Amino acid sequence: MTDTSNKNPVVSVAPSPHVFSMEMTVPVMMRDVLIALVPVVATAIYFFRWYALRQLIICVLFCLAAEVVFTRMRRRSLSLGDLSAVVTGVILGLSLPATAPWYVGVISAVVAVGIGKIVFGGLGMNIFNPAMVGRAFVMIAFAGSMAASGYIDATSGIDMLSQATPLSAFKQFGTAVPLSSLLWGTTNGSLGETSALACLLGGIYLCVRRVAAWQIPAGILATVTVVGAVANLVNLHSQWTVVHHLLGGALLLGAFFIATDPVTSPVTAAGKWIFGIGIGALVMLLRLFSGYPEGVMFAVLLMNALTPLINRWTIPRPFGGV
Amino acid sequence: MADQPTPFERFIQGILPENPVYRQLLGLCSTLAVTNGLKPALTMAGAVMFVLFSANVIISLIRNLLKPHLRIVVFTLTIAAFVTIVDRFLAAYMYQMSKALGPYIPLIIVNCIIICRCEVCASRQSVLTAAADAVGQSIGFGLALCSIAVVREILGTGMLAGFRVLPASWPSWTIMVLPPGAFLTFGLLLGLVNWIDAVRSRKKL
Repeated sequence: MTDTSNKNPVVSVAPSPHVFSMEMTVPVMMRDVLIALVPVVATAIYFFRWYALRQLIICVLFCLAAEVVFTRMRRRSLSLGDLSAVVTGVILGLSLPATAPWYVGVISAVVAVGIGKIVFGGLGMNIFNPAMVGRAFVMIAFAGSMAASGYIDATSGIDMLSQATPLSAFKQFGTAVPLSSLLWGTTNGSLGETSALACLLGGIYLCVRRVAAWQIPAGILATVTVVGAVANLVNLHSQWTVVHHLLGGALLLGAFFIATDPVTSPVTAAGKWIFGIGIGALVMLLRLFSGYPEGVMFAVLLMNALTPLINRWTIPRPFGGV
Repeated sequence: MADQPTPFERFIQGILPENPVYRQLLGLCSTLAVTNGLKPALTMAGAVMFVLFSANVIISLIRNLLKPHLRIVVFTLTIAAFVTIVDRFLAAYMYQMSKALGPYIPLIIVNCIIICRCEVCASRQSVLTAAADAVGQSIGFGLALCSIAVVREILGTGMLAGFRVLPASWPSWTIMVLPPGAFLTFGLLLGLVNWIDAVRSRKKL
């Protein structure tokens, strides 16, 4: 007696992440993301000290609390063990300014996990990157704490906190910081974005471990390079070169850690290229022409919204199909 | 026609069991647009109450003259007449509020709640029933608007109807008085209402 289910295999279509190997389960992926975030977190704590630690602890704690509360409300089984709430909390904390008041971290964490993730049905069902939903919420709710002036606190003992962030300094005064400070991270900015080197290190680890799809950061960086080069050629006297565009702001953090979220990015390779190129183009559009100094968050959220459409466009044609 | 709801049933149904916003999900455009404060929400509820009451009474009076294929046109023209009265009244006596509500007062013409009540109740039942129905539905609409507006105004500005209810150090959640706050508040309150309903029906069993 043969098993009929083998003759007619059922092709099940479901949202990512797909389990295809026991070495690539959700907890393993999330642990890899946390390992990749170690250099970023370390530089953030090294440069911003107590501020970084406080922000990260608040965000992780309240992400976990929101996960417990909202899953209870929906009567789902608790899944704290998959570490996804921890990853959301760390990335959210790294995307906030060092000086943001405590309630900004609390509210963004609850919105990120509650409204960004659990309301849609939990991990794998959310259409927007949870951390970016939380950040966008507080960005609009508390414009004072999250805008350019919110990053500056002259009374703290930390030098960098008395400066404007590199992107807003350029937008307001037209001055560019030296490339070496962008590389090492001795500038003001959101906690995790200042050090380009740390983001690159962690990002390359993610791509090598194949937790992050390399096509997405490649697409983003290539597009930013091209658009930045064109912007440079148009305005030859600008101090903000294409290398500044690549190393400055949240670009590397966003390209490697935020855009590559497997739930909210396309499934196919072609789709990932489209997704990356779209984010790169939107980032440059917002940086060059909008009132905001930086646009990684909005770019990621906008392309998240297009992900189902990209998935539908890029369904691979089976061999011999028409 | 014997099993049609009595005036009292119509009145009660409109407030909570068939609340136009939370149960029928009608009139959401104005619900989301005018609930950034308690004052505009109350003004809107009052305007809708006047229009709904007048339209329901008139439609109920002429229900035997209605031709089936023309009834929607008659509903709309009747409603439009009363909306124009409200719109001009607000512009004359509450100019600031009229400016603040902008196009949403004229848009009452296309508010589904009113056409729905004309179709379901007023074009089939007596004047008394239609009037009771209009009052009930308007109270339900007003309660829904106020519930959303209270949450949004307190979180968004720390004030209620212009009076400070939270300490001045309250960090205003600006997003709550902007359109995204309307969608979030409405979604969460709708979830709350459904949850309360589920708990109550479970207790009955």
